[in-house]
Amino acid sequence: MTNQKHQFDASPVLVEDLAPAPRMSLRVKPAHRATLGQALGLDLPTRVGARVAAGGTEALCLGPDEWLIVAPEGTDLAAPARAVYADAPHSLVDISDREITLRLTGPAVLDLLAACCPRNVAAMPVGSAARTVFDSATVILWRDGPTDFRMDIWRSFAPHVGSLLSQVRQEIAAGL
Amino acid sequence: MLLIHCPYCEDTLPELEFTYAGEAHIARPADPSALSDEEWRDFLFIRTNARGPHYERWRHVGCGRFFNALRDTVSDRFLMTYKAGEARPTLTQEAAE
Repeated sequence: MTNQKHQFDASPVLVEDLAPAPRMSLRVKPAHRATLGQALGLDLPTRVGARVAAGGTEALCLGPDEWLIVAPEGTDLAAPARAVYADAPHSLVDISDREITLRLTGPAVLDLLAACCPRNVAAMPVGSAARTVFDSATVILWRDGPTDFRMDIWRSFAPHVGSLLSQVRQEIAAGL
Repeated sequence: MLLIHCPYCEDTLPELEFTYAGEAHIARPADPSALSDEEWRDFLFIRTNARGPHYERWRHVGCGRFFNALRDTVSDRFLMTYKAGEARPTLTQEAAE
């Protein structure tokens, strides 16, 4: 009987699916930002790419009047937002099912992203996020650590992005 | 690759995140039905086709915003960018160089 030894190197980059999480798109005029932020318990950031987190809920500023909110399962944002609707007219849309989220980690993750992202991902500050393109598919990149990213992909683009990621991972693993 | 400064993100980012959206500062007529056919044609189709500095609109996928840019159509260099709705800036000598 022979024993086969498997010598696995630490993976240079790991791609994994994250569990679905409730996601909201919030559009509100800058004049009403503070009122709505107070109602939601989030100090909505004004700089594009900035994030805040409060009690597991994260808000990302995507544009001057646009925020993306990721909340834990069961969080009710609609009720407090509706309560201040007269003072701060806004649109709060559930987009949970629009995107899937991948977690990209590992020492070679910057090489993996550089293969298809035109933006200088290495220059993104840790704790920021950005909407950018990944081989022409719109994605949102969250930088949680120096080599720790989350990527939100529109689900119809996911097969395309996923196949590119696996191809680039193979190239990185092969030392190309 | 061109690097374009987005006035909303206040960052200089690669061209692939941006989309060209035609000439800037073309106001839609307040009362289109009062226009003659020639005036309506001019509004729809007639553009300056500038050789040199050209005011044009661009859209950034990152912030989802349209903004205006002044680009030299000969050198393809962006001379300045500014937010949509702002008045057309005059081209200063240092920006042109």
